[in-house]
Amino acid sequence: MSSLQNYLLLSALLFAIGLAGALTRRNAILVLIGIELMLNAANLNFIAFWRFGPHPEALTGIMFTLFTIAVAAAEAAVGLAIILAAYRHHRTTDLDQMDSLKH
Amino acid sequence: MTPAFLILAAIAVAGTAAAMALRNPIHCILALTAGLTGIAALYLQLGAQFAGLTQLMVYVGAVAILAVFAIMMTHRPSSTQRETYSLTGPAIAAALFAVLAWAICHTTTSAQPLPPEPSATVQQIGDALMHHFVLPLEIIGLLLTAALIGAVVIAMDPTKDQSKEPQ
Amino acid sequence: MTLPLDQLFVLTKQHLLAHIPTPAQPIASAILSVTPILIAFPLLFAITTLLERKGLGRIQNRYGPNRTGPLGLWQPIADGIKSLTKEDIVPHTADHAVHLLAPILIAAASFLGYAVLPIGRNMTLLNLNAGVLYFFAVGSLVELAVFMAGWSSRSKYSLLGAMRAIAQMISYEVPLVLASVSVIMQSGSLSTVSIVEQQATYTGIFPHWNIFTPWGILGFALFMVAACAESNRSPFDLPEGESEIIAGYYIEYSGFKFALFFLGEYLGMFATSGMAITLFLGGWSAPLSFLTFIPSYLWFFLKLLVLIAGFIWVRGTLPRLRMDQLMSLAWQFILPLAILNIFVVGVWRFLPSGILRWLICTILIIIPFTFLSRTLKKIKKFQTRTYAFVEYPITSTASPLCNTVLTAPIANSPEPQQP
Repeated sequence: MSSLQNYLLLSALLFAIGLAGALTRRNAILVLIGIELMLNAANLNFIAFWRFGPHPEALTGIMFTLFTIAVAAAEAAVGLAIILAAYRHHRTTDLDQMDSLKH
Repeated sequence: MTPAFLILAAIAVAGTAAAMALRNPIHCILALTAGLTGIAALYLQLGAQFAGLTQLMVYVGAVAILAVFAIMMTHRPSSTQRETYSLTGPAIAAALFAVLAWAICHTTTSAQPLPPEPSATVQQIGDALMHHFVLPLEIIGLLLTAALIGAVVIAMDPTKDQSKEPQ
Repeated sequence: MTLPLDQLFVLTKQHLLAHIPTPAQPIASAILSVTPILIAFPLLFAITTLLERKGLGRIQNRYGPNRTGPLGLWQPIADGIKSLTKEDIVPHTADHAVHLLAPILIAAASFLGYAVLPIGRNMTLLNLNAGVLYFFAVGSLVELAVFMAGWSSRSKYSLLGAMRAIAQMISYEVPLVLASVSVIMQSGSLSTVSIVEQQATYTGIFPHWNIFTPWGILGFALFMVAACAESNRSPFDLPEGESEIIAGYYIEYSGFKFALFFLGEYLGMFATSGMAITLFLGGWSAPLSFLTFIPSYLWFFLKLLVLIAGFIWVRGTLPRLRMDQLMSLAWQFILPLAILNIFVVGVWRFLPSGILRWLICTILIIIPFTFLSRTLKKIKKFQTRTYAFVEYPITSTASPLCNTVLTAPIANSPEPQQP
């Protein structure tokens, strides 16, 4: 097995773990954390392809990773703000109880 | 499969698995922090110094703290009941992992020799950001400003009237 | 000038490494480089606790500790023995795992920052290409450890102290990083070694330190204020002040864990001071060109001691800031000045060197500074307080340190006068 395959398998495993968490957890914040994990797994994929792929001097992998980190941070901030606003309305962060538009 | 890769991969997988499995939300975030530090260390091992340190600073230094603050403000002790562990979520994830692993192991890129270590100095990243990637950079600036203002506006408490100050 | 005395530690390490078999040399090299840091800075911490207590005592017109040993010199040893032998009390409802991990994480994260500080010529542990970024990245680990400490104790005071401490630390982290961005712009590199090497050159007898520029003076002042707030030191020690919240987030810690918190806070202070020395004060370079015969590491520690003395002086002199004063200082005053500083560095780089550059940059700094500070003072709404059991009229007392002014009301007037 070459090193690229190891990194790709690791990132696929992290993606699957993030997906499992996002599908299973009931707390809205932990679902958001699962989504963040999926973004991180994709970032690892980018860096691995940058390292082992052709033309690493173009720095495309690193650029994509930096922009993804920035977008993920912005998304986490807005997502948590939405969760806080939803908590104020429903008094709970349990996603199973936030299942209808009319309270 | 160097020992460094194995140790860092073990830390990352253990941290993220614990983050998705623990009951107490604060413990989940702390385990997530360990997992994200493992991923940052993997970036450093791959030679992407700037990306690894940025990951550490942004995720561990900002996103994790944001998440613990959010959990602190929304945590009700009565709601940490035992979660009904249905297996559909992990089953779907396992199926996805199986498909991805099959696709990875059957590609033809495994036959290529290992390329030499590329250099990604900060000067090169700065040059690339200012010349080739200047448009995404400006758009990211706009996006972050919009997210900042949007998050503050959404999370503001409408019941407290903040425009009046006690005279 | 690579004098043997200057390179004493480097040559000693090379000499010792030659005696170790080749396969073990990388690990041995790492251990030999890390051990002096692990010895020197905790020793400096012990000396600083004594210096601080004696310094504060003298500022407050009393002796500091002077009973344990001559002039109280063995006080740190006594303190160490006391903290090691105290009973380790953990609250019954505390989260034991996190309660244990928090001081360990704080001490470990504080040590990590020393890896990129150039302590002497060729004496940087890690010459990273993105050294300054590494420093701030491991500095942000401390905030998470503070939260862990406050939350795991399951006590209202510790949680409140932790929230305040984190709010303060993240508020002051932004101006800290922006103040260092101005130096990075000037030197064009994130590597601490190259930043110091660019400051180690001399014109005549004067060095090219970054503090001898208008933006350097402002940047240094902003950096030191933000560093003081980042380490939760007075006058920014509301989260841990004893008269405020009874030691805040480490209220439920005793014995060695408390000593680890103390160690972590002081090590953070030393590391940030070390970074200030690297960025603004020229690192290990001598202030005058004929003084370079003194070894470089001695200059670094001398400058570090001067900055520590400054911290102790400020602690003994200024009163504590309230939480809202602290936050408004960070976001309304320090942050705009830091952004202005970046702009001024840009102007500095584009102008040709000479007296014109100095004049323009100084004016560019002074005018917005005065406007900002005066505007902020004017829009602050003062609250007049009248007390129920005070006999009026009293003389009007206005102190610059408090923003409430007691005014003597005119007899038979329905409402008190505005200041």
